Amino acid sequence: MSYISKKELQQSACEILKNLDCENLKPKDRMQIPLQEMPSQDPAIRRNNMEEVAIGYTPEQAKVEALRCLQCKNAPCMKGCPVNIDIPKFIQEIAEEKYQDSIDTIKVSSLLPAVCGRVCPQETQCQLYCTLGKALKDVEQSVSIGRLERFVADRDAQNATDVPIEIKPETGKKVAIIGSGPAGITVAADVRREGHEVTVFEAFHKPGGVLMYGIPEFRLPKEIVQREITQLKKMGVKIETNFVVGRTLTLPQLLDEEGFDAAFIGSGAGLPTFMNIEGENLVGVFSANEYLTRSNLMRAFEEKAATPIARSKKVAILGGGNVAMDAARTAVRLGADEVYLIYRRSEAEMPARIEEVEHAKEEGVIFHVLENVKRILGNDDGMVTGVECLRYELGEPDDSGRRRPIAIENSEFVIELDTVIVAIGNKSNPLIPHTTEGLEINKWGNIVADEDGKTSLDKVYAGGDIVLGAATVILAMGEGRKAAAAINEMLVD
Amino acid sequence: MNKIIEKKQLSDDVFQMCIEAPLIARSRKAGQFILLQIDTDFGERIPLTIANGDAEAGTITIVFQSVGATTHKLSDKNVGDYIENVLGPLGQPTHVKDVDWVVCVGGGIGVAPMYPIAKAFKESGAKLTVIMGARNKDLLILEEDMKAIADELIVCTDDGSYGRKCLVTEPLKECCQREQQPDEVVAIGPPIMMKFCSLTTKECEVPTTVSLNTIMIDGTGMCGGCRVTVGGETKFVCVDGPEFDGHKVDFDNMMKRLGAYKKQEQVNHDKYHDHECKAEKQADELVAKQGDK
Repeated sequence: MSYISKKELQQSACEILKNLDCENLKPKDRMQIPLQEMPSQDPAIRRNNMEEVAIGYTPEQAKVEALRCLQCKNAPCMKGCPVNIDIPKFIQEIAEEKYQDSIDTIKVSSLLPAVCGRVCPQETQCQLYCTLGKALKDVEQSVSIGRLERFVADRDAQNATDVPIEIKPETGKKVAIIGSGPAGITVAADVRREGHEVTVFEAFHKPGGVLMYGIPEFRLPKEIVQREITQLKKMGVKIETNFVVGRTLTLPQLLDEEGFDAAFIGSGAGLPTFMNIEGENLVGVFSANEYLTRSNLMRAFEEKAATPIARSKKVAILGGGNVAMDAARTAVRLGADEVYLIYRRSEAEMPARIEEVEHAKEEGVIFHVLENVKRILGNDDGMVTGVECLRYELGEPDDSGRRRPIAIENSEFVIELDTVIVAIGNKSNPLIPHTTEGLEINKWGNIVADEDGKTSLDKVYAGGDIVLGAATVILAMGEGRKAAAAINEMLVD
Repeated sequence: MNKIIEKKQLSDDVFQMCIEAPLIARSRKAGQFILLQIDTDFGERIPLTIANGDAEAGTITIVFQSVGATTHKLSDKNVGDYIENVLGPLGQPTHVKDVDWVVCVGGGIGVAPMYPIAKAFKESGAKLTVIMGARNKDLLILEEDMKAIADELIVCTDDGSYGRKCLVTEPLKECCQREQQPDEVVAIGPPIMMKFCSLTTKECEVPTTVSLNTIMIDGTGMCGGCRVTVGGETKFVCVDGPEFDGHKVDFDNMMKRLGAYKKQEQVNHDKYHDHECKAEKQADELVAKQGDK
């Protein structure tokens, strides 16, 4: 797909609007309106900056895209949304240019529309079920629900109406939230609204969790995350940074000594997986967590930052998920000459969003699929000099339903490199289970929680990646909403 | 925000600071460490071992050597100034084994984190031998404190300017060769010292614990920057350590990993140094100008 500038996209949207009889559109007419592409920074320019890649729809584009929605009575899209946003309603309101109504509709169900509009994998959620996409036999032709959500959320932030959120009278009950990522933020807001005193504990020096340390600026500007945090503070939520539950104080201490009436654990999946291959502890091998945290949270890409980061020439990222794409695109921006992405299955099996894969390719990331690293090579100084890879082919489907990759014997070859970034996933961080007696975990180390997020301990709830394993922002939010409702109900009794 | 309550210069570039951190002071145990960041927006996070703590006063003591940009900046802070972020206590506390005789070896500023560990062993009823060493007399720290708790204190310097002229491994070897061997050796200091202490005790088969200080960001197991090879397995210093069996640690790999950002660290340090020198020069000029008036 060749690059189309924002100006051209805007012109074509205006053209379309001129020729449409907006008031009298039949489904057949709507189906013929072309999908509105997301305006973005020119790949040649953006590979040298950290600014957001996707610029956002113009009002005209948003209107055209909203008019594509068939307004299905049964709203199949909604069943794909973990927090059940009334999607047809907010889209109809955009089509009618009632932007305030539209954002209000979203906010009934979602607390972080500006975040979710950007980072939700809509193509496997709401947009997967879109009737239009089905009719056109291409999920990529579904209504761009995420882009529309982002459009109204950003517009709302710009206008900053700043209507104070209604808080019920103080109840005197205290709730501890562990972790300030998407799950924690959601629970904090929902519980605070009921008038309970809420304290969020964050181990890092800045709140936001994975939204701050994991997702790069060029995909989710940190200003947007901090806006959400400010909102929480305005609601009266206390945020304690530099507080690691399990060490500074344990969860039982919070409940028994500090007088918290309930706790929610949303500490995330913070334990990087390595491949356990030769050479993995050489200088120049990083977990994606480390590499991204240095860049995102510690701002190592900025001149002023004291935190160093590898300034690589030739980098390989191992993995095919969104985190791998984030790391690869960060390496490009940090000035690497060649960035390889090595993935042992084919592109079709990649867990990363199609959009991220496309962006990475546009920015010059070189894809090596059906290959895997066998060992990492180093020199006498203990520095990475390359990787030895094996070629793979696809066999029968495995437990995940994806075709199993099988190594081709004697297919070894070497790629010369100075940096290797391992992005093959995260496990649950054991710090809290280890310091909380009686808290049940499963064989993967995830905390066991029921449908309401209730754990094996009284008054203790959990949600997000610490329960699900590494998942998504919106799923963490969805879990958070359920847990918050259960906590609120428990505190009433 | 953590206020600096006390500051002492222990030697040319070694400083001791007592900082306000009530919860850490309450929860910390011997052997644990903190992560410290001077400024929230652009500061780096560095691990420092907690040398002492006072739960009642709500303070902890750290000892550090001004070697890089961040420690240099920290050494320029004064009583009443604030450190924006302090996280802790992190890592596993020292496992104070029930032994008859322990030898605690501290090298350079490693003597500071050694102090609470030596004290804990002494309080558990063990006979305590302390071997402390430094390059020269001026770099020796906490000798009086150690003297107060040790049954036997051996001080050595590389250049012979004080105590015995030798490396710490020499008296350590002598201890291990006595008729009754020590039951446990704890060594804390520069990686190279811990490596050779471990080699020394391995020959004599005396169990040895070392405390590692590696590159870290979060200190909770999330980044994996601190990983070391111990007995062929990868361990995270921040959550599995900081203390490990010295006979199993791959010190060579650890030392190489510690040098991963050497170039950038040097650039940052030089930048800070130049900036400081410039500021000093400007201040001098200003004073001179005012003098003219």
